[in-house]
Formats: sequence, structure tokens, C-alpha cells
Amino acid sequence: MKVDTMVDAVESGTAPVAQSKVVEIRNLYKSFGERKVLSDVNLDLFERENLVILGKSGTGKSVLIKCLVGLLKPDSGEIKVLGYHVAGLNSKELNELRLQVGFSFQGSALYDSMTVRENLEFPLKRNLGIFNRTKLNEFVMTALKDVGLESAVNLRPAELSGGMKKRIGIARTLILQPKIMLYDEPTAGLDPETAAEINELILSVREKYHTSSIIITHDISCARQVSDRIVALFDGRNKLEGTFEQLKTGNATELQPFFNY
Amino acid sequence: MKFKQFLVRLANIFNFVRSFFKAAFSPPFETKEILRQCFSVGNKSFFLIAFTSFLAGIVFTKQSRPSLASFGAESWLPSLVAQAVVRSLGPLITGLICAGKLGSNIGAELASMKVTEQIDAMEVSGTRPFSYLIVSRVVATTLMLPILVVFSDMMALTGSFVMVYSINRTGFVLFFSEVSAVITYLDIFSSIIKSAFFGLAIGIVGTYAGYHAENGTTGVGKAANTAVVVSMVFIFVVDLMGLQILNLFRR
Repeated sequence: MKVDTMVDAVESGTAPVAQSKVVEIRNLYKSFGERKVLSDVNLDLFERENLVILGKSGTGKSVLIKCLVGLLKPDSGEIKVLGYHVAGLNSKELNELRLQVGFSFQGSALYDSMTVRENLEFPLKRNLGIFNRTKLNEFVMTALKDVGLESAVNLRPAELSGGMKKRIGIARTLILQPKIMLYDEPTAGLDPETAAEINELILSVREKYHTSSIIITHDISCARQVSDRIVALFDGRNKLEGTFEQLKTGNATELQPFFNY
Repeated sequence: MKFKQFLVRLANIFNFVRSFFKAAFSPPFETKEILRQCFSVGNKSFFLIAFTSFLAGIVFTKQSRPSLASFGAESWLPSLVAQAVVRSLGPLITGLICAGKLGSNIGAELASMKVTEQIDAMEVSGTRPFSYLIVSRVVATTLMLPILVVFSDMMALTGSFVMVYSINRTGFVLFFSEVSAVITYLDIFSSIIKSAFFGLAIGIVGTYAGYHAENGTTGVGKAANTAVVVSMVFIFVVDLMGLQILNLFRR
């Protein structure tokens, strides 16, 4: 059942031809006080791969991707992202890495006090020092067009629906043209139709921006639609790994609640 | 365990303050955001401070007058009020109002940004949220408090003048010439420096409480509450320390 490399997925024709590793995680441990959240997690993300991390709530999925961008510090283990050893980075190097990694938050995390335009302009002004109005407008409208929401440019986050917020959140990360995208529960709280649209968007982002992605989810239809490979996380460990079909036919008891839902 | 947690928190506060001073004095400076926050701080507190200071001037004058009158020293009223307002009343009123109004606002705003992951979003997009959110707010409160205190002093003295005029028709020029005769440069500068420290305390406490908020909406309420209570305590502590230091100069 366990798939060690991307080779199996490639052979089964479910993933793009590969593939250097863009993320390597080795023996990762993370606890909060007495509570162990991640125990000996090992995984790789390959270039232009969509890797889904599947698991029920509280199994450390979000903690795992927060460790990747240095938002949380692991207790032990090694994380290598785009060649950077995350643990050893100073703040300048960490910023350099973060500019290459887009993070789409579960609640979208749009800045309440700003309009959609200002939300998108914010990283451009602060990271790239772009203040030219025409240039800013060009970047903003391109990113909004990619997520199909040009009409929302002057709205405030409070005026957006859940699905629109997710799209704008993704647009804000795309505006810096990241190499890796991290999606935290991209379809949580959305109706099936909007969720399917978000899944389509995740696939189109890879096509257009040539990103490698880690998608955290407990939504099996999202996993089916967007994944090249799935890692199932249970009790903080990556127990099962494979393509959607491999895991479905594998009859692992831990995954039955997901497939039978 | 609790003592250990206390020490950890103390270390966190120390690191936070150190990070603030480091970020405040290293480029790039957040000039635009600081100006925006200064405007917001002044705008939010202006009318409230004007109103409360004016009333405080009236009340203080009305309450002091009978005591002075019993000694036949009613003519000293402007001098007494002026010293009380400039040395203590003005900075304290402004400090406490700003602690309530701005401290809670800063604490709640940052805490809600924290619990909705907006600060994390800034962090992962490499936009230096510490400088943008923390430094700008603390610098704004530190710069604006002295200005608000000068304004508060003026309003309190105006309130006092209105009271004195309504009782014994003392003229505007006479009242304020007596005021200016007793107020020294030391009084004015000490008041301004003290209020800058009040602003620093309000900013640091508010931003720390908000930036380290936890536990969802409960955390937002707790952060706002902590920001108000702790900054009020700090205001009295700074006031006392300021008085002790000032007494050394007055000797």
C-alpha cells in the first residue's frame, strides 16, 4: 500500500512527469504542552505535484503546513523547502522563502480593514515596492481574473460570500507568483457546487502558475478531484500513502469513514 | 509550574519590548502607517478628551473654591487649578481616557486579527506585520499623547475659567496671566515627557495583549480587558515614578 516515491503515481498516469523534490520532511515531531500533535512525520512534495494530506480534525494537518513556513517551530526533525532548511533560517532568509510559498488560510484571513484591491496590493507594495498605480492595477486585475472575481475589486471582505473569500485569499497569494501553494481546508464550509469550483481553481492554478501544492483537507471529494497523491495523517503520523484509487481499493479501516461518507 | 509560566511570560514581554525598539529604529520606517495611526489616535480621542477635561476643570474649580474662600485666598484659585491641571490632572485624565479608548481598541483589533489568522497571513507573505501593526501603533500613541495632554490642559483651564467667571466675573486676561505666572517650563516639559511614557505604556500593553491573544472570541475580549486594566495600572506607576524624579529637580 505504501508508496515511497512519486514513481508509482507517475506510472499509474495520475501525476505529471516529474520531478525533483520541493519539500522534504523528515522525522518531524511537534507537541503543544503534553499533547503530541505530530509524531515522526516523513513526506516529500514533488515539483508540480498536488499532494493532499487527508485526515480527521485535530490530527495535526494544519500544524504540519504551518511548520513548513516557519509559523510554528517543530520540536525536532528536518524540514527542507525549495532547498532552504527552515529551522536554520534567519528572518531575512525566512522572508525570502515565504515569498515563494503561497498560503491559503482556512478562514481566508483577508484583512478586514481593507478592500479587495487593497488586500491584493498590500503584499506587492510591501514586498516588491510597487507603488505605480497602473502596474498595481494590472497585477490586481490579473490575479482577480485568474480566480474569476474581477467584479469584486472594490468590495470589502464583509461583503463577500465564503466561496468568494476563498478565491480572493488565493488571488492574494498568487499575486506574488509562488512556487509552492499550501491550501488549508480550501473547501471547508462551502456548498458542494462552490467546493467543486474551488477544486477546479486549485487545478487551474497549477496549470497557469506551475505550482506544487499541498492541500490539507478532510473532504474526500476535494481529495479525489485535486490529488495526484494522498497522504493520510492519523494521530499525527503519516500512516497511508498513495493515489486516490490505491487508497480507495486498499480498504484501510482508518479511511473507511471518509470513503463511506 | 505557575512560576515557570510567569517567568516565560516575563521573558516574552521583554522580547516584545526589545523587538519594538529594534524595529522602531531600523529602516524601513512605517512613516505612512504611523501618520495614519496618529490621525486615528487623535481623531478617536479628541472630542472625548475635550469634553471630559472641560468638565473636570469646572468640577475641580467648584470643589476647591470653598476651601480657598475659607482662608480668604479665593484669588489663588487660578494658580491652584493651573498647577493641578498641568502637573497631574491633565496627563492623568488623558492617560486614563486613552487607556480605555485606545488600549481596548488596539487590543481588540489586533486580537481579532490574530484569531482570524490575518497576522499569520501577513507573516507568511513576508510583509513584516510587527513593524506595520505594532511599531506604528506604539509610536502613534507615544507621539499623540503629549499633544492630547496639552489640548486637555487647555480645555480644563477653559472649564475652570468659565466657572471662575460665572462666580466672580474674573476677566480672561487676568485669569490666564495668573495661570502663566505659576506654570514653569519644568511643569510643562515634565508633563509632556510623562504623557509620552503614558502613550508608550498604552501602546505596548495594548499591542502585546492583542498580538498574543488566544482562544478565539474569548481571547479578543480578554485582550481588550487586559489592555485597559494593565495600561491604567502602568499609568499610575509611571505617574508616581515621574513625580519622584521631578522632585529631585525641584529641590
